[in-house]
Amino acid sequence: MTMNTLPRRLLSSLTFVVGTGLLLAMLVMALLGPWLYPQGPWTVAGAPMTWPGTDAALPLGTDALGRDILAGLLHGARVSLLIGAAATAVALCVGIVVGTLTGYFGGWVDDLLMRLTDAVQTVPPFLLAIVVVLIVNPSVASIVGAIALISWPTVARLVRAEFMRLREADFVSACRLMGMRPARIIFVQMLPNAIPPIVVSSSIMVASAILIESGLAFLGLGDPNVISWGTMVGLGRSDLRAGWYLVVIPGLAIMLSVLALNLLGDGLNDALNTRLSP
Amino acid sequence: MNFLRYLLRRLAQAALVLGLVIVLQFLLLHLAPGDVADVIAGESQASDPAFVQQLRSELGLDRPLPVQLLLHLQRVVTLDWGQAHSMDAPVWQLIAERLPGTALLMVSALLLAIVLGVALGILAALHARRGLDGLISVLALLFYATPGFLVGIGLILIFTVQLQWLPMSGMSSLYGDASWWQRSVDTARHLLMPMVSLSLFYVAIYTRLMRAAMLEVLPMDHVRTARAKGLGRWRIVWHHAARNALLPIVTMAGLQVSSLLGGSVIVETIFGWPGIGRLAFEAVFKRDVPLVMGILLLSSVLVLLVSLLVDLIYTRLDPRIRLR
Amino acid sequence: MSPSALLQVQDMRLGLADGTALVDGVSWSLAAGQTLAVVGESGSGKSLSAMALMGLLPPAVRWLGGQAQFEGQALRDLSERDYRQIQGRRIGMIFQEPMTSLNPVMRIGDQLVEVLRCHLPLSARAARDRAVELLASVQIPQPEQRISHYPHQMSGGQRQRVMIAMALACDPALLLADEPTTALDVTVQADILQLLREQQQRRALGVLLITHDLGVVSQVADHVVVMYAGQVMEQGPVAQVLSQPAHPYTQGLLRARPSGKLARSERLHEIAGMVAAPTRERLGCPFAARCASALPQCAREQPPVVRPAPERLAACWLVSQGAAP
Repeated sequence: MTMNTLPRRLLSSLTFVVGTGLLLAMLVMALLGPWLYPQGPWTVAGAPMTWPGTDAALPLGTDALGRDILAGLLHGARVSLLIGAAATAVALCVGIVVGTLTGYFGGWVDDLLMRLTDAVQTVPPFLLAIVVVLIVNPSVASIVGAIALISWPTVARLVRAEFMRLREADFVSACRLMGMRPARIIFVQMLPNAIPPIVVSSSIMVASAILIESGLAFLGLGDPNVISWGTMVGLGRSDLRAGWYLVVIPGLAIMLSVLALNLLGDGLNDALNTRLSP
Repeated sequence: MNFLRYLLRRLAQAALVLGLVIVLQFLLLHLAPGDVADVIAGESQASDPAFVQQLRSELGLDRPLPVQLLLHLQRVVTLDWGQAHSMDAPVWQLIAERLPGTALLMVSALLLAIVLGVALGILAALHARRGLDGLISVLALLFYATPGFLVGIGLILIFTVQLQWLPMSGMSSLYGDASWWQRSVDTARHLLMPMVSLSLFYVAIYTRLMRAAMLEVLPMDHVRTARAKGLGRWRIVWHHAARNALLPIVTMAGLQVSSLLGGSVIVETIFGWPGIGRLAFEAVFKRDVPLVMGILLLSSVLVLLVSLLVDLIYTRLDPRIRLR
Repeated sequence: MSPSALLQVQDMRLGLADGTALVDGVSWSLAAGQTLAVVGESGSGKSLSAMALMGLLPPAVRWLGGQAQFEGQALRDLSERDYRQIQGRRIGMIFQEPMTSLNPVMRIGDQLVEVLRCHLPLSARAARDRAVELLASVQIPQPEQRISHYPHQMSGGQRQRVMIAMALACDPALLLADEPTTALDVTVQADILQLLREQQQRRALGVLLITHDLGVVSQVADHVVVMYAGQVMEQGPVAQVLSQPAHPYTQGLLRARPSGKLARSERLHEIAGMVAAPTRERLGCPFAARCASALPQCAREQPPVVRPAPERLAACWLVSQGAAP
């Protein structure tokens, strides 16, 4: 199977197409935010607790302080997607390094790093995230760090499993016999083969990151300078009886982006896995 | 004898990991800007530097780091986990009080997730690639993508605000004397929504897993033999297919405890459920470091214990491993 | 076709939804107390025909034509529910892979009791005792203890014995055996075949034996049906067919068996070519492409079914012309 057929197979997978479509919609929202609402989401735009659809200038209504929900939604998209992507990127870096080291070298390196990974995974992830965010004071950077901290073990295990499998492969033995330096074997030969499962799991990881970030923001542990979908849900909770749209609208946004990323991951999984079978 | 040796080996591993966890937590503690003494001083509105310094030496905070670590380890092992200064009570006592609440919530959520997930997964596999399977898969995806707090709030909206059927916070609304039955019903009513909120995400996971496992088992030879014996359809599905597919699910369930504990923070906070999840959130907000560390530690111990238990149960469940 | 036949297959055609035939017009009959062997290479359709009789066809395969009668009952359009009355009760089946054919998480005793209580009105106690008897009857030592064992605690040969016990538990009239000895050691094979023979004599069982091994056929079968690419090439009493094969395919199979009589420099005989993929239409004799004695019309016209002897049938142009191949 050549690389040419991969794009075609991706496009024929309904899950991939729907997922990508939704994700693109989210990205568009994120980009539109600062353009449509340059004044930001915090400014008072109208009467408080306006229901969606009652005022043409405020299509999604306002919250208890009169802030525009749509502005919040678009600006929140930027925050959620940014944090999700950044946290995943950092987790991937750390996880790939650890996984490569343990998977390739084995022995005491494996034991030590695996026990470390165990230790990090033993603490309930969300709890750890809360503690870290609090110690370092909530900010976009600290949230990215906390989520990356709880996500890298999964990547490490995945890469480790792939490397342990590949280590036994004939072509790797051949490289070793040829006298190739380990660094070269790892980066040029083995890592490219480990890419497909990493790619699939990264879209799931971004989805998880968004869920965790929204959970943190909901509890009030988000960066106080930015608004995220989770923050909006948290704020809207106290006015639930008067306006449930305050909670449902940002909640739906979170759900759709997580859905989109999952579908994307599924589609990628289907497309990439059929490539591996003869 | 093999079993005993396996048990000891696993205990040793667990102890090692626990040790690492304690060290990690200790380091985290010391990464915090300012230290415990500052916090305590801040709480009691005393900013006299001399006082703060005295507090420090009392708490052993001016000793070199390795010494502090040893002291910390010693305290952990003797269950002297310090005083929660935000609530004026020993850390250990607070945790012990709230632990049953979380345990009840987690166990019921996990049970619901397993029962529902397994049932849906079996149904989906039996109708693979046809109508019902598609429906169940979509449902599972929705459950997976919906954040726990959204489910919780949604349920409150429907069942408390609109229908007024279920209470939205706490664990009990009874006062004074009440029969055992009344108490149980009352707790159950309070438990229902938090349990569902916590559980839905895991329902999705188990549905998917069970479906995949069933699809692997159904074409197997021993299922064909069961059919050739003229056995009833459900007997074949359960005894010959599902029982074989369940083994990996059981192990997974054990590993979810860690994730469930995290999820319970949000659910307990939304529903005002008296458990360690909510306690953790409050402690973190009030910067009550000893309490937070205590909860982290206990959670890790719980996770380790459960994963050990699951390993052991698995060896009993799978006859191929048990009798080796 | 004798009227007292236990099992009668008439022009059985099995295939896919688009009409591609995998079994294409097979007919034979089996009487009680007899063993009928169905012989052929992989892809001949022999296993599929047995699965059809047992009501275990894979979802993609269905009856395209013909009929099968068992104890006077038509099998072709039986509902799944009605079939369950027959499976395990009137017809028993054993399969090729004893290592994977038993439920690994269920005790041997429970698997036997299961089939007993499903079809017979037995109490738990009575079923358990019967299970012990069954294990003893297939020569499993210490059956009282073995009852509580799991499959992985037994060898392949023992597991196949358990399969036989399970298949015969409710005293069926017919046993379908799909390559029962193929996956076993040669020494164990002989034991299993011996066991099958004993059980057959004891119960006046009809046995349908699917195999590719002519040696097995000669040891236990009374009649043989030779199949190729879904069609019957030849059938008749074993002694006659194996000593004087009429059809070129049967001759080729017999020649291809290592007999230990070849000189060192001689190569093993083989039938050149490969089994062709099933197609939608019949075009002459399916073996024509590989047949050394093929006549021009073999590839074009369906060969007639002739009787080279009173109890024998062969589908071959050559045989129909009375010419010795």
